[in-house]
Amino acid sequence: MKKIIAMLLCGALSVAALTGCGASENTESDAHNGDEATVKVGDNGEVYVYNWGEYIDPETITMFEEETGIKVIYDEYDTNETMYPKVQVGSSVYDVICPSDYMVAKMMENDLLQELNFDNLPNAKANIGAQYYEQAAEFDPNNSYFVPYCWGTVGILYDKTQVDEPVTSWSILWDEKYADNILMQDSVRDAFMVALKLNGCSMNTLDEAQLQVAKQSLIDQKPIVQAYVVDQVRDKMIGGEAILGVIYSGEAIYTQRENPNLEYVIPEEGTNVWIDGWVIPKNAQNVANAEKFIDFMCRADIALMNFDYITYSTPNDAARELIEDEEIKNSNIAFPDLSQYKNLETFSYLGEEGDELYNSLWKEVMSY
Amino acid sequence: MNRKLLSAPFIFWSTLFIIVPLCMVFYYGLTDKSGAFSLENIAAIATPEHSKALWEALKLSFISTIICLLLAYPLAMILANLNVNQNSFIVLIFVLPMWMNFLLRTLAWQTLLEKTGVINSILNALNLPTLNIINTPTAIVLGMVYNFLPFMVLPLYNVLVKIDKNVINAARDLGANGFQTFCKIIFPLSLPGMFSGITMVFVPALTTFVISKILGGSKILLIGNVIEQEFTQTGNWHLGSGLSIVLMLFIILNMVISTVTDKEGEVNTL
Repeated sequence: MKKIIAMLLCGALSVAALTGCGASENTESDAHNGDEATVKVGDNGEVYVYNWGEYIDPETITMFEEETGIKVIYDEYDTNETMYPKVQVGSSVYDVICPSDYMVAKMMENDLLQELNFDNLPNAKANIGAQYYEQAAEFDPNNSYFVPYCWGTVGILYDKTQVDEPVTSWSILWDEKYADNILMQDSVRDAFMVALKLNGCSMNTLDEAQLQVAKQSLIDQKPIVQAYVVDQVRDKMIGGEAILGVIYSGEAIYTQRENPNLEYVIPEEGTNVWIDGWVIPKNAQNVANAEKFIDFMCRADIALMNFDYITYSTPNDAARELIEDEEIKNSNIAFPDLSQYKNLETFSYLGEEGDELYNSLWKEVMSY
Repeated sequence: MNRKLLSAPFIFWSTLFIIVPLCMVFYYGLTDKSGAFSLENIAAIATPEHSKALWEALKLSFISTIICLLLAYPLAMILANLNVNQNSFIVLIFVLPMWMNFLLRTLAWQTLLEKTGVINSILNALNLPTLNIINTPTAIVLGMVYNFLPFMVLPLYNVLVKIDKNVINAARDLGANGFQTFCKIIFPLSLPGMFSGITMVFVPALTTFVISKILGGSKILLIGNVIEQEFTQTGNWHLGSGLSIVLMLFIILNMVISTVTDKEGEVNTL
């Protein structure tokens, strides 16, 4: 009898061990689950989409599948840096990806993207505001690789009831008063952006001395930081777990809906104006379906659904016109007038050596 | 011939999923980006960031292993001495949480330990001082002990049940008291289980990166986190593999110490 129990124990353990492994490598297994889900192929083939986590209204995917008969196989990532190696190695082949500005530049430079045929993307031509294509021209000079999907700024989200002074500067994140109540971004470029802007430098600098100063600032800040997180800033701020957090503007509207005490501010030292959008990688297998998917996402009603769901600013002017709530339509968080802010920048690709320099400095900060 | 056939599935499995990946790790670990042979990735462990991450991982997993041992030994003894009915009930209670996903359970600890979490809300309501261990090494140790404790209990329980009751009775007949019986009979006989338990807890604890990420708020960098980042973020597989090889050395060292001490234990009991 005891033997049986011992065997049962053993079985339970091995199951737990297996699931444990699966959990720790969930990004990998997600991709495989995605592959398995293709058993029931749609009538018109399929499209493999690789997008940020919680970056789409799932309803729009269902609508796309029903309208076009194309099966969508959908995977998610949480930082540009995790997405890139998977696409570069080619371990998983995607048809549509949604990287940010500097990552698009990196992918273009490494010849991973293919030019888009805008004749097949009428909605992308008609509905996306011209100024967003202008912004994208910084990294995609001919506007031939990239269709804007979301854009925004990075700023400080804070709890009005806990902060008495006006929040205007990144330096508040170094204020010992708020020790253990500060959330920082756990991604190298975003963290360094904050520190570089604080020290009055460009967030695209490759100047070693400036970067050393920024690294020292981050190290000085570490003892009063509660945690380095990515998507969790949102939930932790809503739950009142922290007072100050570095966050993307798109999350700010959502958090305010859930917790009215929260306020979002763009610091006076300037910040990152980012833009994410659709690209088609060179090794895509279903280019026509990928074009259909991108164009569908640019339809005004679909873009509006996505905006309502994820609350990230949409570059889709036609969708913005459809927003009924005037307060949101003219919200300074969702659609800020960028001309009133100084020192706004967009990330540029730093080259392989630049990436290595940033990564090694970030590792020093994290291990400190 | 028959034996060879029987072992074919396992040989196939281990070649595909153990030998080949290991060779790939060694290939990447011992070459640089141009593909030339290099020991640079192994030597990289000496940089202050990497050696600190390794030291932190060794320290925390050592502490967790000790705590697991101290908790598991009495529990395994109690389990081994119970009669069968009670036994299965307690084993069930003990194993039940393991039916849940490892990641979920770790996330649950985050919710429990947070500043505004479950435990602190209760403590607050009772006007008791709050517990501030989330995002500290203490929380990581707690996560390790919680997740890996069954891996210590199981092998200990297995050896303790198998001890022949006659040996213990003989010791008592010859006048040994309870404490002497434990020191001279039970403990030496349980050593093999103890050492495999230590390995089964120490190895996953040393290499974990999920626990330190979730319960440590990414503030404490363990060697597992460094390796994970080299693969998933930085994309430097060579460095990641090189550091993995170093980590393997420590795991092998741990196993060698276990087996050597294990053998000595056997000699003593003879």
